[in-house]
Amino acid sequence: MRSARSAQLVRVLLLVLLAGFALFPLLWMVSVSLMAPGEASQFPPPLLPDAPGFSAYRALFATTGIAAYFINSLIVATLGTMLSLAFNATAGYAFAKLRFRGRDRIFQLLLAALVIPGQVAMLPLFLMLKEIGLINSFAGVLVPVTASIFGIFLVRQYALSIPDELLEAARIDGASEGRIFLQIVVPALTPILVTLALFTFLGVWNDFMWPLIILTDQDKYTLPVALAALSREHVQDNELMMAGSVLTILPVLLLFLVLQRYYMQGLLAGSVKG
Amino acid sequence: MSRYSAAGWAFAAPAMVMLSLFFFVPVLLAFALSLTDFDLYALANMDDLRFIGLGNYAELLQTPLFWKALGNTFYFVVVGVPLSIALSLGAALLLNGAASRLVGLFRTALFAPVVTTLVAVAVIWRYLLHTRYGMLNYGLERLGIDPVDWLGDPNWAMPAIILFAVWKNFGYNMVILLAGLQTIPNDLYEAARIDGANAWQRFLHVTLPGLGPMLLLVSILTMAGYFQLFAEPYVMTQGGPVESTVSVLYFMYEQGFKWWNLGFASAVAFILFVIMFAITAVQYRFAKARGVA
Amino acid sequence: MRLFFLVFLLLFGCTGRDDGREVVKFWAMGREGEVVAELIPEFERLHPGIRVELQQIPWSAAHEKLLTAYAGQVTPDIAQLGSSWVPELVALGALEPIDKIAAGSQTVRAEDYFTGIWGGNVINGRTWGVPWYADTRILFYRSDLLRQAGFAQVPDNWAGWLQAMRAIKQRGAARDYAIFLPINEYEPLLAFALQQPEPLLRGGGRYGNFTSPGFTRASEFYFDMFRQGLAPRATNTQISNIHDEFAKGHFAFIITGPWNIGEFKRRMPAERQDDWMTAPLPGPTGPGASIAGGSSLGVFARSKRKASAWKLIEYLSQPKVQLRFFELTGDLPPRRSAWNAPLLADDRYATAFRDQLERTRAPPAVPEWERIGQQIRIVSERAVAGQISPAQFRATLNADTDAMLEKRRWKLAREASQ
Repeated sequence: MRSARSAQLVRVLLLVLLAGFALFPLLWMVSVSLMAPGEASQFPPPLLPDAPGFSAYRALFATTGIAAYFINSLIVATLGTMLSLAFNATAGYAFAKLRFRGRDRIFQLLLAALVIPGQVAMLPLFLMLKEIGLINSFAGVLVPVTASIFGIFLVRQYALSIPDELLEAARIDGASEGRIFLQIVVPALTPILVTLALFTFLGVWNDFMWPLIILTDQDKYTLPVALAALSREHVQDNELMMAGSVLTILPVLLLFLVLQRYYMQGLLAGSVKG
Repeated sequence: MSRYSAAGWAFAAPAMVMLSLFFFVPVLLAFALSLTDFDLYALANMDDLRFIGLGNYAELLQTPLFWKALGNTFYFVVVGVPLSIALSLGAALLLNGAASRLVGLFRTALFAPVVTTLVAVAVIWRYLLHTRYGMLNYGLERLGIDPVDWLGDPNWAMPAIILFAVWKNFGYNMVILLAGLQTIPNDLYEAARIDGANAWQRFLHVTLPGLGPMLLLVSILTMAGYFQLFAEPYVMTQGGPVESTVSVLYFMYEQGFKWWNLGFASAVAFILFVIMFAITAVQYRFAKARGVA
Repeated sequence: MRLFFLVFLLLFGCTGRDDGREVVKFWAMGREGEVVAELIPEFERLHPGIRVELQQIPWSAAHEKLLTAYAGQVTPDIAQLGSSWVPELVALGALEPIDKIAAGSQTVRAEDYFTGIWGGNVINGRTWGVPWYADTRILFYRSDLLRQAGFAQVPDNWAGWLQAMRAIKQRGAARDYAIFLPINEYEPLLAFALQQPEPLLRGGGRYGNFTSPGFTRASEFYFDMFRQGLAPRATNTQISNIHDEFAKGHFAFIITGPWNIGEFKRRMPAERQDDWMTAPLPGPTGPGASIAGGSSLGVFARSKRKASAWKLIEYLSQPKVQLRFFELTGDLPPRRSAWNAPLLADDRYATAFRDQLERTRAPPAVPEWERIGQQIRIVSERAVAGQISPAQFRATLNADTDAMLEKRRWKLAREASQ
């Protein structure tokens, strides 16, 4: 009994240490963002602000134009999520429940293609988009993200569990495929669609390399790209940069906290068979 | 039947068209591009484009920076992946036996770094790793260890990035491994205990085999992710100091978007793809031989 | 339906703030970008029909951004261009030649500009940019240490300079040096190389010329300073606080640019403010040349507002505006008439720059120069570290350069046969 208790104690202690390791940088980020300019660059480095205030945030909004970047990120992530849902849900359902020639073969091909790193496509994609004039546009940013093999896989796995009889009955009743999709399938798929929406939103919000390449106009920058550019200019301004980081991370962190269940479900569904 | 077919095509087509146009076609084009000497001159005037067959690949093999990038990336993968998985496994084991009301809380806390924006946290870590004002060196100093110039010393820059990468995504694998741990039936542990096995032996002979498929998956995913190292060197070190943190993708990015040697850069991308594919295949084959996959 | 339309607009980046004025898109970098924002309102007041849309880009990303913009056909109307980028953009056909419009201009008169600085913008007989500010490298040195070593001023030739450095090193502490040449900067070596009669590339920019007697002399001189223990084998990140070290006498000479006038004034301790001075670079046999650098203002070929963009260039080229710019940034005006003002004429530190600016040479105007420059840096680091001999250094540099210029040779050969 004693040893089980002390084992639990050790366990909790280790977990607390690990959690400290995981959370410290994030908590420090918040702390520094509330410090006065230059406060963080002292020795010994302070853990907490002397007199917490929002001067860094004020400076951030006043001098860096971050509000615009925030809005850009919001627009791009929201649009991306809507498009992803539209394209991947329909395809996922099709691969699960609708029959068409070569369906399974194509799906296997898609799964195999998961191995290909996205960056291989980036250079030619840039040239292609240049020909059709999508450089430096939000559409250009979203084009590679819209249909995703992982998204289709996710929806398909879930859609497999929709009872065929339900769909058959609707067909016998004379409903069109479109109607069936909207009125039966989508409601049934809601949990996984929430997951897909969450994954897409997070993925697009956090995306860096592609927007870096495709967006040339500063006023179209998304937060990660803007933050990277700012970090090269404002190397000295800890507090300012931390405020910027807070602004970038907070939305996705909150979104994750609220919809954790769906996130974990999606993560595992993609990884655990069945 | 035919109505199904038409509907099936209609529903799948949008995504298929997008994927074909904006993924598969570019990938094929990338290979084609890698067989040319597409560069700044060709960008200005397509007449200045030459087909050079495997010339780029040959040149790559003779480019010292490419080998350095390859070496750096392998260093990152070989050290980072086992470290990351070990930490994830450790965390999963801790969570597995913990009281249920704590599990949710700790799981969230340990997972938080995963969802954060890479650029934003890379900026944070750049300050944490600061030689004078960084928390890491301050902590070391309190322990009596000399400060390290993490991002300025060629010997320590990559380890610093490895530390950062492990911190960022150990939570991801932890969740997967935790789910895997929870599928191992308790009676297996009981049986082992009855047979006189101690904790370590139980771990070796029940836990690890039980986790087999999960570990394979986690290892493949993590390795694939780590080979694509780019944002960390871009934000934290710009490939320095002395090119010690230039990764294969960073090299590709510089060649492609800084120097506009698109043909050369495409060759780099393809080599990366081939390497990743080969390593994944080897892992899979290895696991199959061990009866895991 | 309206939602769909809105989505469509957002996606395809249609924004519109129309107030009837012509919009000139201007990209500027770093500190200059921040400062020029203050000069623009006055320009807009003088030209009510023009609005300038300024975009500030960090230096580290600017080159990429310009080329990406060119590739995506979304270049601005006018941009600040680092001197080494002009040949590249000209090779791409991205810039508009300005000879005709400059010929008719009252404000932009080529004769008033420092020859080397203006010359850096002339490629294949045509002019592609107007210098905005001039940059070059000269000596900043500890005048007191030099005096104590027995020299009233910096000798104007290499032999004398070496003597002075050796004297300083002898008098200094064991861990001190005479000069700091960061091994990860190639500008000092480049400057010595540009002082030689032979060009850095031969055959019209087709081959490397790094085994020429001139470059051999320059590189031996450079490596000698390390071999004789006059310079530490360190990078500018290993010795990052140069002002501190300079003040402490860790080294007495450094080859750097105009921005350090302000930096030194700000960062050197008060008791040392009278102990430093600037001087032009010594050359092999007398006063030497230095690198013609700085930034130019260029108009892009695809711009639809070239006339308005030119008006902005004219405005920024006015001597009094350039003086104001100098006040705000410390960047040196590229035209002689601006230097007559007391602000610059009486600045004792700037005098050496004025002198040097009459003796500047630009690096070869080939698009590959940026990469060749980087290669010089990489290979020279190895030579300084002793990993390769100076002869190997020159041979490797030639081989690498020849490889980098292969396409240029092919292209030139093709054009010649057409």
